[in-house]
Amino acid sequence: MKIHEYQAKEILREFGVATPRGIACFSVDQAVAAASKLGGSVWVVKAQIHAGGRGKGGGVKVASSLAEVRQLAAKILGMTLVTHQTGAHGQVVRRLLLEQGADIKKELYIGMVVDRGSQRVCLMASSEGGMDIEQVAFSTPEKIHKVLIDPLAGLIDQDADDIARKIGVAESAVIETRALLKNLYRAFDNTDASLVEINPLILTADDHVLALDAKMNFDDNALFRHPEIAALRDLDEEDPAEIEASKYDLSYISLDGNIGCLVNGAGLAMATMDIIKLYGGSPANFLDVGGGATAEKVAEAFKLMLRNPKLQAILVNIFGGIMKCDVIAEGVVAAAREVQLSVPLVVRLEGTNVDLGKKILAESGLPIISASNMADAAEKAVTAARGV
Amino acid sequence: MAILIDKNTRVMTQGITGKTGQFHTRMCRDYANGRNCFVAGVNPKKPGEDFEGIPIYATVKEAKQASGATVSVIYVPPPFAAAAIDEAVEAGLDLVICITEGIPVRDMLRTRYKMQGWKTRLIGPNCPGIITPDEIKIGIMPGHIHKKGRIGVVSRSGTLTYEAVAQLMEQGLGQSTCIGIGGDPVNGLKHLDVMQLFNNDDATDAVVMVGEIGGSDEEDCARWVRDNMQKPVVGFIAGVTAPAGKRMGHAGAIISGGKGTAQEKLAVMEECGIKVTRNPAEMGKLLKSMLR
Repeated sequence: MKIHEYQAKEILREFGVATPRGIACFSVDQAVAAASKLGGSVWVVKAQIHAGGRGKGGGVKVASSLAEVRQLAAKILGMTLVTHQTGAHGQVVRRLLLEQGADIKKELYIGMVVDRGSQRVCLMASSEGGMDIEQVAFSTPEKIHKVLIDPLAGLIDQDADDIARKIGVAESAVIETRALLKNLYRAFDNTDASLVEINPLILTADDHVLALDAKMNFDDNALFRHPEIAALRDLDEEDPAEIEASKYDLSYISLDGNIGCLVNGAGLAMATMDIIKLYGGSPANFLDVGGGATAEKVAEAFKLMLRNPKLQAILVNIFGGIMKCDVIAEGVVAAAREVQLSVPLVVRLEGTNVDLGKKILAESGLPIISASNMADAAEKAVTAARGV
Repeated sequence: MAILIDKNTRVMTQGITGKTGQFHTRMCRDYANGRNCFVAGVNPKKPGEDFEGIPIYATVKEAKQASGATVSVIYVPPPFAAAAIDEAVEAGLDLVICITEGIPVRDMLRTRYKMQGWKTRLIGPNCPGIITPDEIKIGIMPGHIHKKGRIGVVSRSGTLTYEAVAQLMEQGLGQSTCIGIGGDPVNGLKHLDVMQLFNNDDATDAVVMVGEIGGSDEEDCARWVRDNMQKPVVGFIAGVTAPAGKRMGHAGAIISGGKGTAQEKLAVMEECGIKVTRNPAEMGKLLKSMLR
C-alpha cells in the first residue's frame, strides 16, 4: 500500500526523523492559513499524489509571499499532474502539503527496501540526491552505497557512520545522521514498510540533516496489524476497477488492450496475457480469481471486465485442480447469462472433470467458443476480438 | 529416487484442524502411499485428539518423537505461520513445506535469519507444495494430473505448474518430482537449490523451470546451470506483458526499479544454455524435443 508524502513524514516524525515543518491542506484557503501559521518568508507548495516525479511535472513550487502561496495553491489543487509514473492520463491533485522553505547546502539520497537475494533489508545511500536514483544506479553505480541490515541487531552505529561519510556528510553532522538513519530503520521495521525513500535528504546551510521528501510503501500482508496505517489508504489514488475487485477478493489490474482475461492463479494469469500478446492480441486486464472461484466470484469478475469500454472479447482460462471444471463451467454459464454478455467469450478448461465441464458449456445454448488448449484459446480470442 | 520426498517420507500437518488443513490432509492421505505417510498433526490446544485417525500433538517436537515424522506441512493462518516454521526448524525437522499465503515479509525475514545454522530445508511459503508422483504428495496440487516419470519440474506458481505437468503428460512424459517454490519475495528453496537436487538425482533426466517476473532467482539459477548442469533444462518466464511497478497477484511478482523483467530473465537463461520458450503452451513440446 502507498501513502502520501505528508502522511509518511508524520510517521517518520514519530520515529524521530527530522523533517521540515509542514501542514496538509485540502483547499486554497487552508493553504494560505497554513503558510501564515508556519511563518517565515519562503514556503513550498507540494502536490500530494502517490506517483513520483511531481517536481518535474509542475506539482512542486516555491512561494515567497502569502499572495503567491494563494496563487500557486489555486493552480496546483485540482490540476491533472502528469509524471513518468502516472501514465499519460495523469492524476488529479486533491491534497497539498505546505512546508517551510529549507536552506539546502547539499542533496543526498537514502532508501530502504527488502533485498530478495540476501533476504535482508538493504539501506542504499548516495551523494547524488534529488535525482532519478534509477538513473544514478545505471550510469554511476559506484555512487550508490549499500548496507545489509541484520534483522535482530538492526542498523549498527559503525555501518550508519560509514554510510554517512561515504555520501559526503560533514564530520560535524555524522552523529546526527547516524541517529536519523537508525530512526529511519526503526520506522521501516516497526511499520512493516516495504520501501522507505528520502530523496532528497538535505544537508542544511548550518550542517543539519533533514528529510525534505519522504515516500513509504507498506507490505499489504502486514496491514492487519497496523490499522492506523491501513486507515491512510486514499482510494482517490487507485483504479476504481481495482478497488471494486478487491471487495470480492479478486486480484485485478487494468491494462491497455481489448481482450479480457479471467484465469485461476497469478502465474497462469500472467502466462495467459503473454500468449495473447504472442498471438498478436492485447490483454485488457490481469485477473486472478484465485483457487476457490465460486459462481458468484466469476460473475463479479465478468462484470468488472465488461465495465471496460474497450473490451472486444473475453478469454477464460481455468486449470481445474482441486476446483472441478464442471463447477467452473456452471459458474461461467450462470455469469454469462446474468451479465448478458455482449462480446465473444472463449473458454479453455483443463483438469479435473474437464469433459463434463465442456459438455455444460456446449449445452448451455450460449455462443461460447470452446478451446482445446492455451494456444488454441489465445488464437480464437485474438480472432474474435478483431471480428467485432 | 526422486528428490526430497518419497513413499517412505513421514509427514506431520501443522494446522491440521483448520478447514484448509483438514481438506488437504485428507486429499494427501488418499493419494498413493499417503495413508502410511501422513502420521501426525499439531495443534497446541488439541493434544490427544485425532483427525480421522491421525493423532494430534501439542508441539512439533512431540509429534516428531511420537510419530517419527521428519517433514511437516503448514496450513497455519498468516499471522502465526512464520512462528510455525520456527517451531519446525527448532524441532530439527528435515523439510518444512509452508502452503500459507499472505505471511508478512518482516516475519519471513526473521524466520529465514533464525534458520541459519539449522539443517531444515524450507519450501514456500505461498506455494502449492511438492509431489513425487505415484508415491506421495504434500500440498494442494491435484494429484491425479501427475504420473511417475523422469522429468523434474520447478516453478514459482501453482496453476502454471499444473499447466506444465499437463503438457508433459500430453507428450507422454511423467515426472520424478514437482516442486512449487512459491511466489513470495522472501522464501526457502530457490530455483537454484532445486536445480542442484535434480542434477544429482538419478531418477531425473531433464528439468522444466518455470519462473515469473520479480527478483533475480531465475538468473542466479541459469548461471549455475551454465557451469554445472549435466541435464537438459527448458524454461518459461511468465509476465512478458506485465506493467512495471504493479504487483501481479503474487507478492514477489513485481518489476521494480527496472529489475526483474521477463525479457531480462529469458535473455540470461538463453545465454546460459537453457532452452526457453516465450509460448506458455509449448513447454511440454520443447522438453520432448530435448530428449533423445
